[in-house]
Amino acid sequence: MMFTNRMFNILVPVISVLLGLIAGAIIMASFGYNPLNGYQALWAGSFGDIYYFGETIRQVTPYIFTGLAVAFAFRSGLFNIGAEGQVIVGWLASVWVGAAFDAPMIIHLPLALLAAALAGAIWGFIPGLLKAKLGVHEVIITIMMNYIALHVSNALIRSVLSENQDSSDPIKESASLASNWLMEMTSYSRLHFGILIALFAAMIMWFLLEKTTAGFELRSVGFNQHASRYAGMNVGKNIILAMVISGAFAGLGGAMEGLGTFGYMPTHSAFTNLGFDGIAVALLGGNNAFGVVLAALLFGTLKIGALNMPTAADVPSELVEIVIALIIFFVASSYIIRWVLLRFKKEGK
Amino acid sequence: MGILDILQSIIPPAMFFSAPLIFTALGGVFSERSGVVNIGLEGLMVMGAFVGIVFNLTFADVFGAATPWISILAAMIVSAVFSLIHAVASVTFRADQVVSGVAINFLALGLGVFLTKQWYDKGQTDMVSQPFYTLDIPVLGDIPVLGPLFFQNMYLTSYLAIILAVVAWYILYKTPFGLRLRSVGEHPAAADTNGINVYAMRYVAVMISGAMGGLGGSVFALTIALNFSQSTIVGQGFMSLAAVIFGKWHPLGAMGAALFFGFAQSLSVISSSIPFLEDVPQIYLLIAPYVLTILALAGFIGRAEAPKANGEPYIKGSR
Repeated sequence: MMFTNRMFNILVPVISVLLGLIAGAIIMASFGYNPLNGYQALWAGSFGDIYYFGETIRQVTPYIFTGLAVAFAFRSGLFNIGAEGQVIVGWLASVWVGAAFDAPMIIHLPLALLAAALAGAIWGFIPGLLKAKLGVHEVIITIMMNYIALHVSNALIRSVLSENQDSSDPIKESASLASNWLMEMTSYSRLHFGILIALFAAMIMWFLLEKTTAGFELRSVGFNQHASRYAGMNVGKNIILAMVISGAFAGLGGAMEGLGTFGYMPTHSAFTNLGFDGIAVALLGGNNAFGVVLAALLFGTLKIGALNMPTAADVPSELVEIVIALIIFFVASSYIIRWVLLRFKKEGK
Repeated sequence: MGILDILQSIIPPAMFFSAPLIFTALGGVFSERSGVVNIGLEGLMVMGAFVGIVFNLTFADVFGAATPWISILAAMIVSAVFSLIHAVASVTFRADQVVSGVAINFLALGLGVFLTKQWYDKGQTDMVSQPFYTLDIPVLGDIPVLGPLFFQNMYLTSYLAIILAVVAWYILYKTPFGLRLRSVGEHPAAADTNGINVYAMRYVAVMISGAMGGLGGSVFALTIALNFSQSTIVGQGFMSLAAVIFGKWHPLGAMGAALFFGFAQSLSVISSSIPFLEDVPQIYLLIAPYVLTILALAGFIGRAEAPKANGEPYIKGSR
């Protein structure tokens, strides 16, 4: 049996997920729950019937976007903690355009999506610019931008998007991603057409990174800035570009909530966590587009399924947060998994 | 309202808002100076807040007035042990330190809320009966001008934060241990050649950051939040991380940055009682700390150089 690099890249996430689930089972057992009941409840709550299935896919949709956003930045050597803030401004912009204009759907919907992407891109541009021109750490700037996004959007919802209400006015039908057809098919879950856009975005990311010169430069900068500069690439430009595209993905993730799931934007007293969860999605997905889709599917399943665990198995839903944390931990420690695998391989001979 | 009155309504809240950030940021300085990026500060604070509150609730009858102090001690110990996960991953397992830090954040929050539901059957704990109280310092509080500004209505933990910052500076810059710790973060191979145990130093540094994060979290919980829930620690750890970078990985710099954040956060709380701020819309005060930080980093702070080996696992024998 050969252990190629490619195989490791598939085996490590799979083993990490298994280890995470096993650890979760051990935790459940040690607190006197039946792990089988727990996971059964999780499964029933995510794929048990068509309604839950719809809700799961709905949750997966923004995860794909935020996962792509974080992954795209990672591939260019940048850590975008700011997906969270970019989601918020994207959500805000999409709802704004969705509510403020009247236009046929063929114009209105793309316009609202574009606004979201643009808002996210601007929110990514600022840390990108500061990193490229002044060498300011992108992590700290994106953290700050998250808070600014949260407070500014809350203020705008109260003052501009509504008359002192705690949520914005609803968007017009012509900007909505929601579909009666999908809702009826999934016994009235909030499933919407966003999932198709998300899958399309994943393909775009794959194509952009793997098949274009611009993508090659971005990856090259991610591997080694000095070598890239020596090869004549404009490192600063690529850093900015990476953050802009990353921000646009995250902004679209916000539009999925604004135009699809909710149709409006409530004020947020805390973060949505879509952006932070996107970090986990990107990491488990190995920072590539296909992996991100699979990881988003897994985390969406876990998150939605967890909601059923307290009622069906009496297990606190936070168990799933622990499982997710452990999965990330195992992915991070892939060195040790590789080491063990190689050990087994040697002994097998 | 005179300028003194204004200062008097600004300084004490600024001090108590910044104390948790100072503790945690100092921990971050230790960890990052040894070459281990610690994005898990947030999670370490969550763990500290959780342990601090639970210990306080459980043992308030046993220890009486000493409970908050023993609680923060317990929080330090548990968080230091908890941070071992980050140490094992990033030092021994050569994990990507950012990733492992993210895992710490998720894990601490998950565990904290899971156990809260397990033990208290609800999403948040009761309010603690033995929190920290403000007090006036005898003698010093009677000094005219300075007394009301700095020695009245203060938490003792605020002084502890400043004292520990100086201690941290002394340890890092004036002791052999500090020199070794910094050398491990700058050039681990050279340090190794000189007989310094790189792995051991990094383990110790991460555990110090765990203890300090736990201290920060528990002090926040026992001075400001007074209970534990999902939303007790929301971003204070990230602010502390920002303070580490803002302060250029220097204990006193980090303290200064944390004081600035604390001051800026307190502005939005106390603005209504300050004449020239009461007409400013709340939103500007809310985002002020973050905007000012960005401007400061972009402007006069200039390029901050992280410790050279920050974020790189050390592999013996590699060059």
